[in-house]
Amino acid sequence: MDNIAGSKSSLGWLVNISVVLLVALWVFPTFGLLVSSFRTADQISGSGWWAALFPSEQTERYRVADPDENRIERGDLFVVEGNLFEEGSAIGEIQSWGTSSRAVDAYQSGDVADLGDGETFTLDAAGNYVWSGNDEQISGRGQRAFVTAVSPPEFTTDNYVNIMTSGDSNDNMAKAFLNTLTVTIPATIIPIVVAAFAAYALAWMDFPGRAILIACVVGLLVVPLQLALIPLLKLHVGIGIGKGYLGVWLAHTGFGLPLAIYLLRNYMVGLPRDIIENAKVDGATDFQIFTKIILPLSFPALASFAIFQFLWTWNDLLVAKVFLIDATGQTTVMTDQIVNLLGTRGGNWEILATAAFVSIAVPLAVFFAMQKYLVRGLLAGSVK
Amino acid sequence: MNPAILGLFTIVAGVGGCLLYFWGSNQFLDKVVFPAKGPKAGDNINKANMVRPWLFLFPAMFALGLYLAYPVFETLRLSLTDHDQGGAFVGLANYNQMFGEPKFWEALRNNLLWLIVVPAASTAFGLLAAQLTDRIKWGSIAKSLIFMPMAISFVGAGVIFKLVYETRPADQNQIGILNAVWLQFDGGFGSFLMLQALPTLILLSFGAIVAYVGWIFVRPIAESRQNGGGAGFVPLRLFVGAAALYLVYLSISSLIGVFTFDYPYGEPQTWLTIPFWNSFLLMVVLIWIQTGFAMVILSAALRGIPEETIEAAIVDGANPFQVFFKIKVPQIMGTIVVVWTTITITVLKVFDIVFAMTNGQWETQVLANYMFDKLFRANDWGVGSAAAIVIMIMVSPILVWNVYNARKEMK
Repeated sequence: MDNIAGSKSSLGWLVNISVVLLVALWVFPTFGLLVSSFRTADQISGSGWWAALFPSEQTERYRVADPDENRIERGDLFVVEGNLFEEGSAIGEIQSWGTSSRAVDAYQSGDVADLGDGETFTLDAAGNYVWSGNDEQISGRGQRAFVTAVSPPEFTTDNYVNIMTSGDSNDNMAKAFLNTLTVTIPATIIPIVVAAFAAYALAWMDFPGRAILIACVVGLLVVPLQLALIPLLKLHVGIGIGKGYLGVWLAHTGFGLPLAIYLLRNYMVGLPRDIIENAKVDGATDFQIFTKIILPLSFPALASFAIFQFLWTWNDLLVAKVFLIDATGQTTVMTDQIVNLLGTRGGNWEILATAAFVSIAVPLAVFFAMQKYLVRGLLAGSVK
Repeated sequence: MNPAILGLFTIVAGVGGCLLYFWGSNQFLDKVVFPAKGPKAGDNINKANMVRPWLFLFPAMFALGLYLAYPVFETLRLSLTDHDQGGAFVGLANYNQMFGEPKFWEALRNNLLWLIVVPAASTAFGLLAAQLTDRIKWGSIAKSLIFMPMAISFVGAGVIFKLVYETRPADQNQIGILNAVWLQFDGGFGSFLMLQALPTLILLSFGAIVAYVGWIFVRPIAESRQNGGGAGFVPLRLFVGAAALYLVYLSISSLIGVFTFDYPYGEPQTWLTIPFWNSFLLMVVLIWIQTGFAMVILSAALRGIPEETIEAAIVDGANPFQVFFKIKVPQIMGTIVVVWTTITITVLKVFDIVFAMTNGQWETQVLANYMFDKLFRANDWGVGSAAAIVIMIMVSPILVWNVYNARKEMK
């Protein structure tokens, strides 16, 4: 409709470029963390993650083996042979090298460097060198070599293996992952059941005070859960639940109910009246109507809320910290574990990035698989 | 017991218990209390139908009351008592103590900054993204990518952006992208363009928009005093006008700052420790998350605009910008307000981002984190509750507005 006056063709490329920029801006931060989680600690601290995507050029200084111990007499010359990478790590296939720090790329691999008075040095791509000269030249300290190598992008899944199997309970995410799952699943399912019945009553049953109850639910939608922390913690401790899974399930159920009731009621109100009235005429009870007609028809709304509640409980930190995690730390969840890692492992990005990605991966998968329901829920859930 | 088994047991018990409760209580009502037979069958059916809604509602109402309504009053009560003195009533002493703390005012100031910047920026970016992606072929992919941060936890987003803001000493390779970009600036023309011209443009457009919104609010008073339409709104209008004036003043004064500021080119910055500006860097995280939400809702609203209005405007010779600002935006104003208020509520409750990234150090404190600090570190329940009440008071205008609208809609 915008191209009626031909505006689309003139602005089309501008729009495309703007969207590319916007998307890049939004994806880059996450992508950076993802790339970092597949790099080793040395790689992460050596260069930015964006450098990991391209072959990297690296220059290192090496010294050949001690001539006094390793030299071999060959004719009238002394020779030291070996491989530069024997001690220390290999940096990849050698492209160029030099013997002085002022000309680190003076020679290509395989070249023979003339060091004067018959002293020669040669180095191939794999790091094998031959250093030869007379008795005086091949003595003292070993010849230095400045080596420049290009290494292809290199990624490893070691970080993930480490973090899931680490013996250090502060680093190990496997337990926190299971704990999060334990919190999330009941905390998603229970409010749905409770809310569905209430939503049906608010949508299809006539009774005095219905409008006021709906208004209350709308009001409770925005009550900050910060207010609930102390009174409920006191209550939980008072009735013996204390800090633990039961407490956090109940808390998530309570906090999730207003949105659940609101979403489900709005959806159920829109169901066709005829179906329900016909069922009533045929003698169905309200309980039968609810379980046999309303619940199956409300599947999209149930799915919407389930995704919301799942994302919210999975990503939650505050409720878990207050109602679940006790002094023993046995029941820590992933978000809490990551915050602790930020404190203790602030500079160890290979651990942080991987831990964060372990916790992000599941919600992202749910998000991409069920985006349709999430969008639908958002559209229905924002109070109009 | 193993937590996983306990969890499974809870699901079965919870769901089964709920179903059993609903089924059993309905059966009990129909068969025992008011049986639909005998001489009073009709009467009994009516009575049963009067009670039944409450059977359906009871568990939800009980949970809502216990977990959301009761705490509001209990927190209010706690904020007037002293935990250390065994819960003795101390009047407003907790509030007095809180108002005497500079950290509280810092938190309040930062919260107000968050309240202005985050909803505005998220809505603006969301609107921009919605409008742009609606016009291109791969728009749905672009939307899904911008929407993606919605699924990421605040803590996860905190880690993501900590890497962006990471600092290394000047002689090492920077691994944070912000510092890497920053070190590209050397004070030349490119730096002028990005660090002075662009902020000037942003500040000018911000000032212009604020001035325009302020004018919309004040104009009815200026033009016709006798045309009532709710005299009670006059103070509100004047307040918005004054706030707009202040923001315009603020943007002009920052404009001078942009040109007089001596940029430390070539030195890597520890971004999160720069007072005042670090709050904005934390806000970026929330804006990054919330833009997708704004975009999804606004995009649906944009598609709901009747095409005739746009066609008519184009026929009348409106350019794309006029179509957008004068035809489309006014028609989705209601949705923009909804998005704005929803993000505002999220902002008021923001805790995880600050907790994970700076924990309120370097003057980044916000109310929710201040409250958590008081509750669980200082163990001062009175002041913590008082801070929670301050958050509640800030939310309540939106609460009233939402309830008012919901009731209006139902009638």
